Amino acid sequence: MTALPVPSRGTTPPAGRDTRPAGGRRRDWRMAAEIVVFTAPALLLFAVFVVWPILRAVQFSLYRWKGFGPLVDFVGLQNYVAVLTDEVFTGAVGHNLIIVVASILIQLPLGLAIALLLNRRMRGQGMLRTIIFVPYVLSEVIAGVVWFQLLQPGRGVIEAMLGTVGLAGPFQGFLGTPSLALPTLVVVLTWKYVGLAVLLFLAGLQGVPDELSEAAQIDGASWWQTQWRVTIPLLGPTIRMWAFLSMIGSLQLFDMVWILTGGGPANATTTMATFLVNEGTKRQNYGIAAAASVVLFVIALLMAVLYQRFVLRRDTADADVTRGVR
Amino acid sequence: MTTTTTPTPVSRDGAGPTAASGGTRAPRQGSGRSEGGVLVYLVALLVVALTLGPVLYAVLGGFRSNAQLASAPAGLPDPWVFDNYRRVLTESAFWTYAVNSVAVAAITTVVTVVCGLMAAYPLARYQFRWREPLFMVFVVGLLFPATVAIIPLFILVTRDLGIGNTWWGVALPQAAFALPMTIVILRPFLMAIPREMEEAAIVDGASRLQFFWRVLLPLSAPGAVTVGVLAFVGSWNAYLLPLLLLRGDMKTLPLGVADFSSQYSSDTAGVFAFTTLAMIPALIFFLAMQKRIVNGLQGAVKG
Repeated sequence: MTALPVPSRGTTPPAGRDTRPAGGRRRDWRMAAEIVVFTAPALLLFAVFVVWPILRAVQFSLYRWKGFGPLVDFVGLQNYVAVLTDEVFTGAVGHNLIIVVASILIQLPLGLAIALLLNRRMRGQGMLRTIIFVPYVLSEVIAGVVWFQLLQPGRGVIEAMLGTVGLAGPFQGFLGTPSLALPTLVVVLTWKYVGLAVLLFLAGLQGVPDELSEAAQIDGASWWQTQWRVTIPLLGPTIRMWAFLSMIGSLQLFDMVWILTGGGPANATTTMATFLVNEGTKRQNYGIAAAASVVLFVIALLMAVLYQRFVLRRDTADADVTRGVR
Repeated sequence: MTTTTTPTPVSRDGAGPTAASGGTRAPRQGSGRSEGGVLVYLVALLVVALTLGPVLYAVLGGFRSNAQLASAPAGLPDPWVFDNYRRVLTESAFWTYAVNSVAVAAITTVVTVVCGLMAAYPLARYQFRWREPLFMVFVVGLLFPATVAIIPLFILVTRDLGIGNTWWGVALPQAAFALPMTIVILRPFLMAIPREMEEAAIVDGASRLQFFWRVLLPLSAPGAVTVGVLAFVGSWNAYLLPLLLLRGDMKTLPLGVADFSSQYSSDTAGVFAFTTLAMIPALIFFLAMQKRIVNGLQGAVKG
């Protein structure tokens, strides 16, 4: 018998290639062939459509190129200088960071509160979960188009509702007023994405054993104390990973902005992604667009690495514990 | 990873020490959530209203005329107008867009699931030197959003491969970017299938390939469905890549919705009708698959 594929759980044992009995060479070749054949389609797709375009982005970023003819106008890091000194782009980075922070600061307490409230025996629980999931499964485009209509200045229903309580909407509408556009965008994003947080937290709560909170209550803890001291800390891994997903999503934000404001008014809602699409497809500044995309990637990577290093490390360290809970 | 539908209450509101320590471990049903009840239902109601409000408004708005919408923005259809929906279904390119959306999403899903399962198999159950580095390639791939590579991707697909305005031109890159998540979710799934099964199959004379076909594939069906649903949802909702690649009759529904909305932005009722029709089939499908989607995301979260 040759090196049997040894399924391993969780941890990876060192490859046992020395334990192979002699005479298994032909079978080794066979196994190698199988590995190649099985992984080839995925690797090919990945190489052609993910790795290659990303390498090309790095290459483009070093040239001035309008999309025609060969890449000849090498400009070194000039595109990066141009991008990083462009107020529209630095503003876009700021908007992305504001959205990252605001999404977490708003959706985390809101999602937690809703999840804790719903995490009990009540009528219509399943129905509620489904309803909360509705905005999440809609595409950003559809959600954006609907909200765009609701927010239309002068004739949208939101202004009409404000009117009934004696308030007036801003003259140019919520999306047309530079100081209000970004907060409005954050509100719409919250509506769209808080459901995901609720569902993930609810699923995480199911992994928290009843006995713990029961024990806490027997010890005299109030409902709030139980949630705060027992339940929420046990939800830690779920929360931390949700925040990670949310962060990465916020950094790449494009669709919703493109539909609601197109990055305006006066660049008040430009994100890195809308900036680079604008430069690339509308102005044909491929070099600038590529430099912006590399900067976007570096920022995302940095945040991911830092998050992994300082926040998630605990979770991977005691991954077996969470796995047990799961 | 199992997510049961029946929620297990972690604690009961207002159940103080007396209620909880009422001697026997009382059956959960009986002991009550007492005072908090009304408040909880009120909050739940508010959440439902805020969540569904905009969606219902769009659905109902499609049944109103623009005059109705203008004179009473917050009103109900009176009388009910069916013309908006009729117009969208008969006069617009709605069906063309819908067919494109289905085709692109179906190709993306099949390619993702087939390639993902094949790659996850050796990564989960073969022992070889490059296994972990190979897996890491895909894990790192999680960090590459399509957005970063969108411009070179556009050039690659349209100029180098010449498949710019086609279903495959959109589906293949989408599948490629869905692969990392797919493999990250599927690998632990395949790893969890007990080794004894494999040994039994081999004792019975099955080769590794037969084991893959006859045992592993059927057993991994739930995982495959989960990643398939995720790939389908991702493709169905995708906007940026189709926006750059598809034109005219090849457009998908999100592009159609966005176009319709900017072309006829003053025809609010028409926009609502188009949007509603675009979301209903997807909504039904995705809500039916809700558990799979959450499972998948959780899998990615805990991976």
